[in-house]
Amino acid sequence: MKAVVHVTLKSGVLDPQGKAVRHALGALGFDGVGDVRQGKYLEIDLAENDPDRARESVEDMCKRLLANTVIEDYVIEIAG
Amino acid sequence: MSAITPEMVREHGLSADEYARALAILGREPNLTELGIFSAMWSEHCSYKSSKRWLRTLPTEAPWVICGPGENAGVVDIGEGLACIFKMESHNHPSFIEPYQGAATGVGGILRDVFTMGARPVASLNALRFGAPAHPKTRHLVAGVVAGIGGYGNCVGVPTLGGECTFHAAYDGNILVNAMTVGVADAARIFYSAAAGVGLSVVYVGSKTGRDGIHGATMASAEFASDSEAKRPTVQVGDPFTEKLLLEACLELMATDAIVAIQDMGAAGLTCSTFEMASKGGVGIELDLDRVPMREDGMSAYELMLSESQERMLMVLRPGGEAEARRVFEKWELDFAVIGRTTDTGRLVLRQNGTPIAELPVDPLAEAAPEYDRPWIPAPGVAVIPPAAVPAPDDPLQALERLLGCPDLASKRWIWEQYDQTVMADTVQGPGGDAAVVRVHGTAKALAITSDCTPRYCAADAREGARQAVAEAWRNLTAVGAKPLAITDNLNLGNPERPEIMGQLVGCVEGIRDACLALDFPVVSGNVSLYNETDGAAIPPTPTIGAVGLIEDATGACTLAFKAAGEAVVLIGTTAGHLGASLYLREIASAEDGAPPPVDLAAEKRNGDFVRAEIAAGRISACHDVSDGGLLVALAEMALAGDIGAEIAVPEDAPPAHAWLFGEDQGRYLASTADAETVLEGARAARVPAMVIGLTGGGRLTVGGRHAISIAHLRAAHEDWMPRYMSAP
Amino acid sequence: MRAAVIVFPGSNCDRDIQVALRRAAGAPPVMVWHKETSLPAVDLIVLPGGFSYGDYLRCGAMAAHSPVVAEVAARARKGVPVLGICNGFQVLTETGLLPGVLMRNAQLRFVCRTQHLSVETTQSLFTGLYRPGEVIAMPIAHMDGSYFADDDTLRSLRDEDRIAFRYCDARGEGGADANPNGSRDRIAGILNGRRNVLGLMPHPERHADALLGGVDGAALFEGLVRALAA
Repeated sequence: MKAVVHVTLKSGVLDPQGKAVRHALGALGFDGVGDVRQGKYLEIDLAENDPDRARESVEDMCKRLLANTVIEDYVIEIAG
Repeated sequence: MSAITPEMVREHGLSADEYARALAILGREPNLTELGIFSAMWSEHCSYKSSKRWLRTLPTEAPWVICGPGENAGVVDIGEGLACIFKMESHNHPSFIEPYQGAATGVGGILRDVFTMGARPVASLNALRFGAPAHPKTRHLVAGVVAGIGGYGNCVGVPTLGGECTFHAAYDGNILVNAMTVGVADAARIFYSAAAGVGLSVVYVGSKTGRDGIHGATMASAEFASDSEAKRPTVQVGDPFTEKLLLEACLELMATDAIVAIQDMGAAGLTCSTFEMASKGGVGIELDLDRVPMREDGMSAYELMLSESQERMLMVLRPGGEAEARRVFEKWELDFAVIGRTTDTGRLVLRQNGTPIAELPVDPLAEAAPEYDRPWIPAPGVAVIPPAAVPAPDDPLQALERLLGCPDLASKRWIWEQYDQTVMADTVQGPGGDAAVVRVHGTAKALAITSDCTPRYCAADAREGARQAVAEAWRNLTAVGAKPLAITDNLNLGNPERPEIMGQLVGCVEGIRDACLALDFPVVSGNVSLYNETDGAAIPPTPTIGAVGLIEDATGACTLAFKAAGEAVVLIGTTAGHLGASLYLREIASAEDGAPPPVDLAAEKRNGDFVRAEIAAGRISACHDVSDGGLLVALAEMALAGDIGAEIAVPEDAPPAHAWLFGEDQGRYLASTADAETVLEGARAARVPAMVIGLTGGGRLTVGGRHAISIAHLRAAHEDWMPRYMSAP
Repeated sequence: MRAAVIVFPGSNCDRDIQVALRRAAGAPPVMVWHKETSLPAVDLIVLPGGFSYGDYLRCGAMAAHSPVVAEVAARARKGVPVLGICNGFQVLTETGLLPGVLMRNAQLRFVCRTQHLSVETTQSLFTGLYRPGEVIAMPIAHMDGSYFADDDTLRSLRDEDRIAFRYCDARGEGGADANPNGSRDRIAGILNGRRNVLGLMPHPERHADALLGGVDGAALFEGLVRALAA
């Protein structure tokens, strides 16, 4: 099965890239853009077929490598 | 029924004549894969069909030249059993379409050209020509190109030591990104591309092959139409991390005896590299395409042969060398596959799924590629503008301030700071001087490296402009105390099928030849980029000259920074006050006409040899060549670098003061010295014109006692433009 | 002083640090490939600068999981001095041997320049040869050098005198231009609680030779040699 992981900066951590994107959107004339936060998106193919075990394993991947939990949050989606 | 239609032939960039020639070579109709191979091999980019007959006339030999043009890069002897390997190459079209990746892969390609020959790259330079700052695309292109160069070079860990960056509306639709890399190798262990021997393994190493850049070589050989941004999918993506691994793996394997021949897969990928190795070695090659490491499923033979995926190499190994090579590449976690073998058939045979799918004779394709003597007309002469015809400024120092802050002369710190200049811990002089200086690791020597071209001179007169570019490169090396060794030339021009453009190409080559012969400064490598035009508007001829010189004692390298107050400022060379095609004319008098300053190559040599000897004797404390913007700009640059001012007087028997201050007469240097008497005496003996024009000291530049400006003020003008321009929305 | 330099795929300052250590110690360091699972007995371990694993995912994240790094961490916990320069500093924060994290530079561009630093503590094996408050200069060259830690962590770094270097201007002060990357509290280098692990973004090994424009970095290596000989 496939896991999708979104890694984003924790709220409160300065995100200069997000800030720059917001600034650029404003310059392009997109009004009403509030905060922009950038992050990473990962697609992971897994041999595992059990959704719970898959989630557990990806959770471990996030903690150990994919996210730096000092500054980053992650969200895992398990897709059939 | 024919499988190959005239449309397909045209889409592959082959003329009817060329296709007829292909039919004659094969004795039958090619299939699509074979057509693609003909197209790539006979593209301008790979075959140099329009320029070859002219390039052949360049001087390429000197006692210190180990290998001239024709290999991946040129090789010169630098003593102590070491060789310097270098080349410059363009990545213009890809950088316009996708500036970050275009520039990044340009850097990757030139690094590979150098380490393929056995050298560890030690420095890179880049000559960048952008459109007018006000053009809506320019800022985005500058940001992307600079980030791409830095992103790639910094990661690989080779210092990028500046180069050139100028702006002109003539490049609005065709920017130039010319990347140069210099490496150092053991002179007894240079690696070449000729595959010798039959039955040897042909090995593929590096990254996997994907569908990147299919037909990049033919794209680089066709004019732009303004819809070319839609061609984005052909842009390759660089992976500097893999390049770094490939560099280390290749150098590790090169320390053994496993390699017979090695060639990087650059333009036209597997096609070009295979033909090159086979043709130079006089052998045939059979490839089993199923064994090529692939990134995507279902790639056709056509795609595999023409992919320009980056960070790949082809090698021919000695019998028994395979295990050692596999061990090294597996250690560095790179793909390694034996994909074929050399044969005695003189033919390239491709197999897929066990069946032969293409078969082409090697020599007729590689060596009997079309070569054109395209019609050309010499450029019309341009009138010389007398100095008095150019208006004088009210205050020369206000004019100086404007010049130092104009886009071409403004500090490029914003660019350099994005380049790692100090990695490898051998950088003696970084960007901002006349030439970069890097110590040859583990020795007392250093290499001086520069890149030069003044497009406004070349636009007025390609031949004189090319002479000037070579002379300025030679002068820049001299100004840091180096003995100039050799050059690499990167000719950037428009469509050679137009006789006036072809005339520019001929002019560039003639100018380079003249200057190289007079200065004993051979061409050891080079690159030609044609079709730099959009909707019929061509760039000015831009023959970028990359040059390398040798300093025997790195501690004796000279810089342009004034070192102390109270030293004499000496002007070396003749000042006639030539303002035609000058920066002053363009920026202050708002005109872009007139003939460029003539280059007297004999005087150039005499003056330079004198300056170099004075630097070696330790009599010159700071030295700078006088070029863009003339004497006053050179003086200001020396003052800014040393944070020490100067006071000069305009001589009475000189041309009009503004022509003396801003004229761009060639063959000149400014130097500071604590021993003006000995320097002037030496100059007289060497028949070199030299005069004291002032003294260093204070925090201001003062001209003729009347006009003065503070160094701090000039610094602000000089540093302000680029960051302000780049931070604008 | 016997030193080991860990070489990761993508390290590119390994030779530079090798030269600087040889110059200071009189003997070359042992170069250790990241796949090793053991380390020789050494007095100092250096994690060099570069782009380990291309800086892909996060700088230092993948190198922090190299086999040899577990052994480096074990040695560090036993008190063996560990020096992480630039990418090496990033690896040290990823392993947790040092607190905080190095984020993308505030201006979002790579920055390479000679940078003034103030020596904030001389109470370490690494900084003993500097004078307290001394203003020195070293090259910096990084894309992700903006030091971030939460307020509590910053407070304990300050309270425990664990900030080794701060970015500053030529007079040792911290104005708007003094911080090249947006680091919190202008932090350029920090020590661990036991003071045997130093991570810093500037490159002392690139200013250890007068020909290259400065020798302020040499004092760090010479200080280590002296401290470890004692």
